[in-house]
Amino acid sequence: MRKTLLSATIGAAVLGAASAASAATLDDVKAKGFLQCVVNTGLAGFSAPDASGNWTGFDVDYCRAIAAAIFNDPSKVKFTPTTAQTRFTALQSGEGDVMFRNTTWTINRDTALGLNFRIVNYYDGQGFMVPKSLNVKSALELSGAAVCVQSGTTTELNLADYFKANNLQYNPVVFEKLPEVNAAYQEGRCDVYTTDQSGLYSIRLSLSNPDDHMVLPEIISKEPLGPAVRQGDDQWFDIVSWTHYALVQAEEFGITQANVDEMKNSENPEIRRLLGVEADSKIGTDLGLGNDWAYNIIKHVGNYGEVFERNIGANTPLKIERGLNALWTKGGLQYAMPIR
Amino acid sequence: MSTNSLGFVRTELLAPHPAPAGERSAFGWIRGNLFATPKDTLLTILAIALLVWTVPDMLNWLFFDAVWSGSDRTACLTLAQGGVQPDGWSGACWAFVSERFEQFMFGRYPIDERWRPTLVAVLFAAVLAPMLMPRLPYKGWNALVLFVIFPIVAFFLLHGGVFGLQRVETPLWGGLMVTLILSFVGIAVSLPIGILLALGRRSHLPVIRVICVTFIEVIRGVPLITVLFMANVMLPLFLPTGWTIDNFLRALVGVALFASAYMAEVVRGGLQAIPKGQYEGADSLGLSYWQKTRLIIMPQALKLVIPGIVNTFIGLFKDTSLVSIIGMFDLLGIVQLNFTDTRWITPITPSTGLIFAGFIFWLFCFGMSRYSAFMERHLDTGHKR
Repeated sequence: MRKTLLSATIGAAVLGAASAASAATLDDVKAKGFLQCVVNTGLAGFSAPDASGNWTGFDVDYCRAIAAAIFNDPSKVKFTPTTAQTRFTALQSGEGDVMFRNTTWTINRDTALGLNFRIVNYYDGQGFMVPKSLNVKSALELSGAAVCVQSGTTTELNLADYFKANNLQYNPVVFEKLPEVNAAYQEGRCDVYTTDQSGLYSIRLSLSNPDDHMVLPEIISKEPLGPAVRQGDDQWFDIVSWTHYALVQAEEFGITQANVDEMKNSENPEIRRLLGVEADSKIGTDLGLGNDWAYNIIKHVGNYGEVFERNIGANTPLKIERGLNALWTKGGLQYAMPIR
Repeated sequence: MSTNSLGFVRTELLAPHPAPAGERSAFGWIRGNLFATPKDTLLTILAIALLVWTVPDMLNWLFFDAVWSGSDRTACLTLAQGGVQPDGWSGACWAFVSERFEQFMFGRYPIDERWRPTLVAVLFAAVLAPMLMPRLPYKGWNALVLFVIFPIVAFFLLHGGVFGLQRVETPLWGGLMVTLILSFVGIAVSLPIGILLALGRRSHLPVIRVICVTFIEVIRGVPLITVLFMANVMLPLFLPTGWTIDNFLRALVGVALFASAYMAEVVRGGLQAIPKGQYEGADSLGLSYWQKTRLIIMPQALKLVIPGIVNTFIGLFKDTSLVSIIGMFDLLGIVQLNFTDTRWITPITPSTGLIFAGFIFWLFCFGMSRYSAFMERHLDTGHKR
């Protein structure tokens, strides 16, 4: 009870601070001259430094896309690297304007923390990794397998649920810490390794023979990762959300970083509307941005597919497949709301 | 003078004979120190076996099989892993460290501006070196330069924004530079504050004593990680809207306060070791409180607690790596951050990076420890045992 009271008090303080700080974030950002983006302190493919110390990655490119939409300059971003514990406070206290930090959208975070979620830029979920020598193509063929899993996690519970629901037998091989799970899998003490799928890809790289292992297509839990903003600034919330939709819509239309200038001359009114060349279009100005906002995003960052492939896709060491993150037209879940 | 009635008295001492050859030679030393008893012999053989078992492998891994150059992860991967090394190969991946070396030193400090931290490092060495040599004169002026003028110059050089220097904000600072800044400020601030707190805790004035005791016990009663967390996470919530205090500054203040509380207790230990006669002697000379403290008590007390002070410094130096949990990248933090770069993810990058970071930490800690041993010998005027 006392704990509830305490968290309510802190929550109230947080909300008070947040609502005061968040009025007209766009104006603040324009006045500062840069976007302050909350990111991870280091997650392969999502936010990591390159050789010269610049932030790169899937989440980082989203920050750059918003900066491109506002300033027509993807470099006008400053990053606030946060750990899992400090991320929400950084956003609530106004140390960041938006958070792209591989954060799962849950009802608790959406309501009690005073944050807003609307879009999912990466659908993650618990997956399985197996040695290729096992000749398994689907998790449904895993009956009787020994599964390496970290104890006391939702991963372990999801695993039990999944095998029970599908009427499969399995042997859990349980460890306290992730490095122990890695070692056990490497030594062949189990046939299957399970954890979040994006994590499986980077764990695979640290195995002695990454190409002998594959990540199965099934995802058995929902981990929708998306950006969050403070509650109470709908215009800013719209800008963040529609930046994502513009990226996805651009991929659907086949507009890429390379051909965006030609596409401006397209006959397709929908493409012309997205790129802000349709005469009476007010889409950009209604958002509080210029009419070429989407053009600037694509010009500087590319479309959703390009962002994905550049940072985590098949040509990167991570080799993550599109899976759920393919466009809805290709069997995935990425679906942009109509931009008109 | 009477004649000597004794038959023979030697008038000069015999020249000392060298020890028997069996004791003198290398063989004698080995027999005396390594194979004196059966137990010694057994231990020696075991130790040699252990060295033979580990050292060649270690040297191979660290040096002979290591990769020294390369531009991405393929250089440190075997053929089966998609790289260029023969299968079954294992060795340190120094190519990773050498490509990221500047980042490990300066963090994400802009590349064109990295001459500035380098210049600060050179200045620091130039001011610190004479300070550390007891022979050299003008210690007072030297201290003034080191603790007052140098920090101001260093701040403007590193932070910029004046004299046409580009402004480099603290989130871009990182690597060894941040570790050293945090430690230097922690050390430079904690010693004077610690001395004042220690004196305050022994004061006869109740208000001062209570304030000092409260400060010391509160700060010492919580882990550094909590102090940093409070400064990083809670403080912004209490500040009025629009107020922000630089994250780095918050960490600096946190580390300095924390070290001060520990230093206070170390110094108090020294104060308590001073016999009462010293205080009474000083009083009988008619010295004031501050004269007594400065001229009689402190020089003896501080000399006694040099090991404790250096212990605190070394602990502080290593504790600075805790700032990585509040999203700042000290040496260890920036090394770990680079493990996440997909261009360098390999099975051996983490171990190589951690060995490198550990070696740098060891260099500094060992240096401090050696210097303190030297200072103890140098100041060892009274209590020789």
